[in-house]
Amino acid sequence: MSASASTVLLASGCHAGSSCGFPAPSLDSFNFKAIFTIGGIGFYKPELLALICTALVVWFFWAAFSKPKLVPTGMQSVGELGYLFVRDQIARPMIGKKGDNFMPFLVSLFFFVWALNLMEVIPIAQLPATSFIAFPASLMLMTYITYWYQAIKNQGFFGFLKNIVPGGVPFWVLPLLVIIEVARVFLIQPFTLMVRLFGNMFAGHMLLLTFTLATWYLASATPSALFAAGSAVMVVVLTAFEMFIQGLQAYIFTLLTAQYIGEGIEAAH
Amino acid sequence: MSTILAASQTIDLDGNLGAVAYGLAAIGPGVGIGLIFGHGVEAMARQPEAAGMIRQNMFIGFALTEALALLGIVMPFVFK
Repeated sequence: MSASASTVLLASGCHAGSSCGFPAPSLDSFNFKAIFTIGGIGFYKPELLALICTALVVWFFWAAFSKPKLVPTGMQSVGELGYLFVRDQIARPMIGKKGDNFMPFLVSLFFFVWALNLMEVIPIAQLPATSFIAFPASLMLMTYITYWYQAIKNQGFFGFLKNIVPGGVPFWVLPLLVIIEVARVFLIQPFTLMVRLFGNMFAGHMLLLTFTLATWYLASATPSALFAAGSAVMVVVLTAFEMFIQGLQAYIFTLLTAQYIGEGIEAAH
Repeated sequence: MSTILAASQTIDLDGNLGAVAYGLAAIGPGVGIGLIFGHGVEAMARQPEAAGMIRQNMFIGFALTEALALLGIVMPFVFK
């Protein structure tokens, strides 16, 4: 179920001082055995986590808003807190008055990404599904389809292309500027939106894995046990730091999504 | 470039060059993120009533700058 290198390490009881070297986490740590296979297509742990997260988010908002009351209590007040955060911090400042129309999308996006990220620090799961590029990539596609649909609907196809390039610049800069701006909108922005989430979660998972494995590896009846204690403290500190990063990345992903949708609705430049 | 390559062949740096290169690539975004948050905090101290707006733009700038460092993490896997 778990990563190959770390499973071998934990099973063999490999510690400092014995002949085996430190098995540093690598890309192998992201290779899993299929839970089951149907017709050659495997079902893997990240997919299971994504399904669980989907169910969690749906259950949370179902519990919060299925029977809404005027004076919120319990789950409803927690749900309203989350909803109001997305509306007042993300949708309205970035999109404006029309932001409320996109609230269902933005709230789902924020909480889904957050849940996927949070799986990194949940015991047993301990794997952020967003550290597999497919998940950020498909979320990015959703964002971009919405962005381009809104842009073409509100500005027209050629209007959108025209508005990509800022007006009022000297004509001799235009050739260069057109190339840069088209590359920005159609290449760099989608790529960085996807890679930002993926890279943060990937690097964070590697970081936690390194210190967790180091704690286990160094824990033996030698002076290296002292280093193991230091490494264990680092695991706790980094787990707290990662939880902050997870929330921040979900926020930034939704914020940028809202910004792009806002740009689609009216040209910003 | 050829001198660097020749040097890397003679002193056999192959294994760790990627890590050194990423360290170098992280300098720029490191300075950038420092500037963004430094100036952001300064702006919030000057105008506490605009803190919300400043924080929002701070995070957008942070996200754009951080993307450069993360590209450095991803590139070795892209070209592998």
